[in-house]
Amino acid sequence: MENNKTEKETDRRKFLKLGLLSSVSVVAGTSLVSNLASVDEKLQSEKIRLLTPEGKIVEVDATNINKYPEAHITPTESRKGIPNRKFVMVIDLAKCNNARSCVESCQKAHQLDYHDEFMKILLIQNNEEDAPYWFPKPCFHCDEPPCVTVCPTGATFKRDDNIVLVDNNRCIGCKFCITSCPYSARIFNWGHKAKFDNKDIPYSPETGIPGTEGTVMKCDFCPDLLRQGELPHCAKACPMGVIYFGDKNEDIVTNGIETLRFSKLIKDRVGYRHLEHLGTKPNVYYLPAVNRDFPLERGLDKDEEILERYKNVPFIEEFIKSSKI
Amino acid sequence: MTTREEIIKKLAPKEFNKLGVIWVSLLCIVSLAGIIAYIDQIIRGLEVTNLRDYAIWGVYISNFVFFVATSFVGAFTASILRLSQKKWRTPLVRIAEMVAVSAIAMAGVAIILDMGRPDRIHYLFIYPRLQSPIAWDIIIITIYLAFSIMLLYIPNIPDFAILKKHHQDKPFLSKVYGFLAINWSGSANQIKIHQKTIKVIAVTMIPLALILQSVDAWLFSTTYRIGWDSTNLGPYFIAGAFVAGTGALITAVYMVRKFNNLEEFITEKHFDKLGRLLVFACLVYLYFNMNEYLVPAFKSTQGEVEHLMALFFGDYSLMFWFSVGGGLILPSILLMFRKMRKPFPMFIIAILVVVTSWWKRYIIVSPALLHPFMPIQGVPEEWNHYFPSLHEWLITGGTLALSMLIITIFVRFIPVVPIQRTIDEMGITETENDKN
Ligand code: SF4
Ligand code: SF4
Repeated sequence: MENNKTEKETDRRKFLKLGLLSSVSVVAGTSLVSNLASVDEKLQSEKIRLLTPEGKIVEVDATNINKYPEAHITPTESRKGIPNRKFVMVIDLAKCNNARSCVESCQKAHQLDYHDEFMKILLIQNNEEDAPYWFPKPCFHCDEPPCVTVCPTGATFKRDDNIVLVDNNRCIGCKFCITSCPYSARIFNWGHKAKFDNKDIPYSPETGIPGTEGTVMKCDFCPDLLRQGELPHCAKACPMGVIYFGDKNEDIVTNGIETLRFSKLIKDRVGYRHLEHLGTKPNVYYLPAVNRDFPLERGLDKDEEILERYKNVPFIEEFIKSSKI
Repeated sequence: MTTREEIIKKLAPKEFNKLGVIWVSLLCIVSLAGIIAYIDQIIRGLEVTNLRDYAIWGVYISNFVFFVATSFVGAFTASILRLSQKKWRTPLVRIAEMVAVSAIAMAGVAIILDMGRPDRIHYLFIYPRLQSPIAWDIIIITIYLAFSIMLLYIPNIPDFAILKKHHQDKPFLSKVYGFLAINWSGSANQIKIHQKTIKVIAVTMIPLALILQSVDAWLFSTTYRIGWDSTNLGPYFIAGAFVAGTGALITAVYMVRKFNNLEEFITEKHFDKLGRLLVFACLVYLYFNMNEYLVPAFKSTQGEVEHLMALFFGDYSLMFWFSVGGGLILPSILLMFRKMRKPFPMFIIAILVVVTSWWKRYIIVSPALLHPFMPIQGVPEEWNHYFPSLHEWLITGGTLALSMLIITIFVRFIPVVPIQRTIDEMGITETENDKN
């Protein structure tokens, strides 16, 4: 595993680009040329270091990087997906200490209310003897997504780059996808909210904002950031580097601190997918919570509300009892 | 001997008496309250319900399933009875068909109530995706509705012709009946085509009814939810529909007989037969219930235990035992006795069966959603439970009242006991007077 790591650096942004843009110059080369014309001189001289699939570091002109960010991705365009990508996420349960940065930054970016969480931190305790562990849960962007199968209008769709998105302009609010998702990844806009009226930013299924009353929403893997070569909000925000994100085609994942070979990481750490037996084929993998970096209690020394959240977990029941004495 | 005229007079739909007017006004008020509540729901969104991110489907969906189930008997029994050529069925089939049309029409309405965006309902046709069980449901409900209407209308054509003549003093009504009678003259050729058409529709109705119930079950069993994820669900729904529908039919038959003074035509013998049918339906459904609850209980996988505990002893136990004990076991035992198969006791039992059937759908739909695979954590306490809000009750009550209103209107304008057929069966020949 060690030799998979690239050198560590302090500038986080650049690292993010390391993993994700590693083959931009190869794959998206043609489309980049057209972008070059409109870029100003100063930018052109800026170099960015990228990691190739062979593990070599190369320097690329900053302008050679996809200039999608400014572009608005319409609902129709958003159905296609980013070419030649197979996005995948790996969550290292051994590192999570319930810092909740992923949840908060995701909520901020997607303009979500307090109880609307695309990313949820569950506390899982499989049996009373077992040690509980923190379990960050986004949408798994399944390869056989039941939510997509049951949608009567195609408002939920699966893209070539593995991402499952919702088009709020097409959703009729039948909620069938919510009942069929075994991972409870979907939430519903039950009523009207003032923020839905904000039309400053045109709606795109890739950002999910502004939201729409009477439709579903869920974690979207932040394709708007991916197009810019950045990691999703959750992965960027996690101070522990729990969330690795990357491309299966290139066999690379990164948490912004280190870039690893996806296949090797899963093999070395015996990564698994949740409820594998359902056949949904998630694209989110978990590394088991063994040899943990932090004691579980570290995630509890927050406000009262955190204990309230997990009060049904046997461990927390005990914890509350003992701390009251 | 009764003359033809007398029979027509007895069987022609009558204007509402005082009780009828009160009944209709009551239904109108409840329907109106439902409509107002629904308008408010459209304005404010589904927020007015007690549905939240875990209890995603609630009383609207269970009410929908109830209507679909009730529509079953109408058509199914009617077809079987029609095809069986039994004479005693004559006064029953038409009421059954009325119940079917009203229930399936209201099922179509009931499912829209649950939609977050009813304004986008046409997207189902603009962006259709056939692999979705919702698409199957829409297709089969539409077809079933069309066939139910035909099964109600076409056998009625000769009676409409009779009524056209009968109401000659009321030109407008007579004209409407005349329009509906589409030039029926009762010629041998017409009778032949008529009989054949009815037969084809009645035969088609049987598979349609079975498909309808199965598709409805598949809405649930195609998901991974504990409590729904069962290969038993299709036949389970069919059996349940048989119970709900027979109950509704008996209730309707009793009320129509009472208010229209049809004791002469709908006799105790009819109730006796319907009672036997209901026992049979209850026993079959009980058998499927055993499969549905006892087999998982025997295995007691972790998820099933949670789900079954909520049903047997938890939040839903009252409704569960009420619906299984009061709605299936008790009626089966009571109706074994001949004394209980008399009209009035049957009426009470049938009401019990209908009410428990409604609750049964409720406990099929909502508890399953509150035990997902991933634990429910970090949400407000009330999201862990579900009980309908005032809006949901008003709207649901409105749909039930509307369905009864539809049946009442049918009874007001369509002869519940087929006139022509009764005349034929009684062997009364037309008098010279009638032929003109
Ligand atoms: S986790 Fe749920 S919402 Fe996400 S793709 Fe899978 S089934 Fe769909
Ligand atoms: S709620 Fe919207 S996204 Fe979900 S199945 Fe229905 S139409 Fe599709």
